[in-house]
Formats: sequence, C-alpha cells, structure tokens
Amino acid sequence: MGQVITVERQILKKNDDIAAENREFFRQAGVFVFNLLSSPGSGKTSLLEKTLEKLHDKYRIAVIEGDVQTDLDARRISRFNVPAVQIVTKGGCHLEANLIQNAVENIDVKALDLLVIENVGNLVCPSNYDLGEHMKIVVVSTTEGDDKPLKYPKMFRVSDVMVVNKIDLLPYVEFDMDTIRKNALSINPNLTIFETSCRTGEGIDRWVDWLSGKIEQFRS
Amino acid sequence: MHEMSIAESIVEIIRETLGEDENRRLVSVTVEVGELTAVVPESLEFCFNAIIETTPYRGAKIHIRNVPLTGRCQECGEEFHIEKYAFVCPKCGSTRVQVLGGQELKVSELEVDENGTGDHR
Repeated sequence: MGQVITVERQILKKNDDIAAENREFFRQAGVFVFNLLSSPGSGKTSLLEKTLEKLHDKYRIAVIEGDVQTDLDARRISRFNVPAVQIVTKGGCHLEANLIQNAVENIDVKALDLLVIENVGNLVCPSNYDLGEHMKIVVVSTTEGDDKPLKYPKMFRVSDVMVVNKIDLLPYVEFDMDTIRKNALSINPNLTIFETSCRTGEGIDRWVDWLSGKIEQFRS
Repeated sequence: MHEMSIAESIVEIIRETLGEDENRRLVSVTVEVGELTAVVPESLEFCFNAIIETTPYRGAKIHIRNVPLTGRCQECGEEFHIEKYAFVCPKCGSTRVQVLGGQELKVSELEVDENGTGDHR
C-alpha cells in the first residue's frame, strides 16, 4: 500500500543555485572573492589584518565577516578603512549563499578588486556550503596538530589553498610540517600551500604576492 | 551543527514534492549521504526527527543510505574504495583520481500512503 515517489533532488541545491548567481555577479564585477576558513583561533583575522596591511593601499578591498555572536572581528578590520559587513549568524555554524547575496547589497562590489569572506570558525559545516567564491582558503595553525586534514577531510578536499599559520611556534609544539603537507596532499593533490607567521611576518610576502597575482587575473 | 539546516532543507523538498495533499501520508523519506560530506548520519536523524514533528508530516521516518567514497584511477582505470581519504590509486600510485561516489547529499525517494487517515496531522 505504500507508494514510492522517486525524488532524486540535491538537498543543498537551493544554496548551490544562489551560489552560482553570486559567482556570476562577482565575475561580471571583475572582483576576486575568497572564502577564508579555519577552526576558531587559527589566525584567520590576523592573516587578514596582515594581508590588508600590505594590500589596502594597492587594491580596493572589502570584507564580509561571519561571526556567531560578536562584531569583534569586523572592528579589528575597520582600522584599515576597508568596508566591512558583519553577518552575525546568531549561533549558526556556517555562512550560506543567501547571506552573502544579502550582504553584498551593502557593498559597491563593482568598485572592488578583492572581496574576502571570513567564514565562521569551524572546519566541518562550512565545507558543504558553496558561497559563490572563486576559492576556499583554509588556515590551520601549528598549535592544532598536523593531523587536522585527516580529521576534517572534506574541508581540505574542497579547499584550493592551505595556509599553515603560527610557524614561529614550531620549536615549541609537536607539529611536523612534512606530515601536514603529506596528509593534506593525499586528500587534495592540487592544494597550494603557504607557511606563515602573523607575529613575525615570515611567509606573509609570499602569500601576498600570490594573492596579488590572483587579484590581477580576475580584474576586469 | 549544520545537520539541522540540512534537515530543514529535506523538509522543504518534501513539502515541494507532496504539497499539502491531505490524502497522502508521508511514511518515510530516504536520503543518500556520501562518506565525504561532513554530515553525521546520527545527528541528521536526530534533527530530522525533531523538526518533522512540527510539520504536517509528523511521524515520518528518515532512512539514511550511506554512500562509500569510491574513485577511479585516471591512469590505470582501477576502481577502488578511497581509504582514509587518501586520493591515491592503490594499484599504480597515481593521484589522478576521479571521485565516483561518496559526495552525495540528496533526497532519493519518499514513501507515501494514499488516502492516509488524519491521525498523523
């Protein structure tokens, strides 16, 4: 008596459709967009501050800050005089494409060269949600352990770039750079890897040079 | 925990498929969850069971089909289960691996009772 209805529908299709609209919008605007991801405390905002320090005079940049409760990160960014839009997810563990679509209404995207989306600190949930960005950049710090890619494979599989941050702490922590490279590349052989210290500035130039190249490539 | 948000999307798909047809009672929904989706089946089931009670489809069950992560080597053609998320061919060692399954996150089917009685609403 039970009748079976075949549905075959992607659960996140609505999100993916909006993400595709966002991506097309960004393409037409000639702006490079990356989605910055990590667990809480890896240094996403610090990396962003270092990046803005180097690039805010050279390029027109805006930031969308996803945060669970506060606007503390947006305030840290505001000293560079770049437009920052805060999305407080009120407990939500990730950003979704429609939140980005709403947020960009408050930004003059056509006037930008680079738009950074700083996602909620979480290595699990954001990995399933395409926001319409061109690249996902995952930050992992040396205090977290070199097994992070194996614990959160989806995130490292979908990311384009991995930034290993806090390398100034390498002498004090059980963290092997070769191991994390090996772990990350076995999940995603195409991953581009940077090593940085936001405290000493080591590796920041290499990262910023690479990013500048991307911005130029997407500029219209 | 994004399983709640995924459970809400599942309910939306159910709603769009069945509408508010009083004569069809939803018995169960079958979803496919790939190994590489960062979705915990137990959490999804928990969330689904919680929110389905707030809908006209109260009492419906969720069946989760776990889809293993499999790949095909682009060099030698070997098809294999991707162990420990290492995208490396076990036969020839190539890293040119095409994913065959394991990234699914979809509603595959609904089981309904025609002329269902109203006790579930």
